[in-house]
Amino acid sequence: MTTAAPILPRVATRPDRSEVPCPDRPALDSESREWLRQLQGGGAGRDAAIARLHALLVRAAAFEVSRRRASLPQVRGNDLDDLANQAADDALVSVLRRLDHFRGASRFTTWAYKFALLEAAVRLRKLAWQGRELPLEPEAWATVSSTSMTPPDRAEHAEMFELVQRGIAERLTPHQRTVIVALALNDVPIDVLADRMGTTRGALYKTLHDARRKLRTYLAEQGHDPRSPSEVAT
Amino acid sequence: MTERQRPDRALGRLLGPGRPEVDCETCFDELDRYVDMQLAGADADAAVPGLAEHLAGCPACREDFESLRDLVAGDSDGDGISPAG
Repeated sequence: MTTAAPILPRVATRPDRSEVPCPDRPALDSESREWLRQLQGGGAGRDAAIARLHALLVRAAAFEVSRRRASLPQVRGNDLDDLANQAADDALVSVLRRLDHFRGASRFTTWAYKFALLEAAVRLRKLAWQGRELPLEPEAWATVSSTSMTPPDRAEHAEMFELVQRGIAERLTPHQRTVIVALALNDVPIDVLADRMGTTRGALYKTLHDARRKLRTYLAEQGHDPRSPSEVAT
Repeated sequence: MTERQRPDRALGRLLGPGRPEVDCETCFDELDRYVDMQLAGADADAAVPGLAEHLAGCPACREDFESLRDLVAGDSDGDGISPAG
């Protein structure tokens, strides 16, 4: 059984074309082609298309806001509207800057939406944690309850938890410990942690991935199945 | 006990998916294709290997995926998305 689960290189899914313009888009649907034609054209037609695109992005950002509104009771509706508009503004810049990179692998609107959703989600996660101290200690161990489990399952999980705690203490670097405890145990959003630590989501996820791999290796060395319970069940 | 406090869930978050996965950047690059394929009933997991695994291990990317999927699914009437206005 392998315990090393690598992060796939980008070429594993398809050649990396995200950094170079795509001269040919054979799979482009007619609607997407029309979006590109108007946005890459000139004059009043382009201005009108940009205005429609912005409206589309505002709609996407507002959709994200509506999904998370309940978790932000302290924020006024006007402030959330402003947040959606700011997210759409930044997403518009991103979309227009990357027009030549649109591969036509999806509909244009699906591609554009993701920029607005990301901008809005990152802002909302940060807003939800604004002014809060990040829990970086493993205090959440105590909140994990096994009361609903059968006694054999409870004993197995207790043993696994003890091993994982030991693995975290013995095998991980201080930075890996901080990251895995914050993200996987204390539920700190990765964007928030990246912001506070002055790094990126990708860099933090790489750290989390490496820490998980070390823990799996440790569990295998101790004679335990390094798969998580959900994997074992599937 | 909340869902997050379940020990099997907590162990899942600590140990991760354990299978080869893409990184966050690749996930974002491929997310629109993955969503459109999934909504069209195509085999998105086969087309983008490692993305489903990443979504299982990265809560933020999972949320981004779910938002995009639900937003696009709600666009089925096409209202307001025409480039011609």
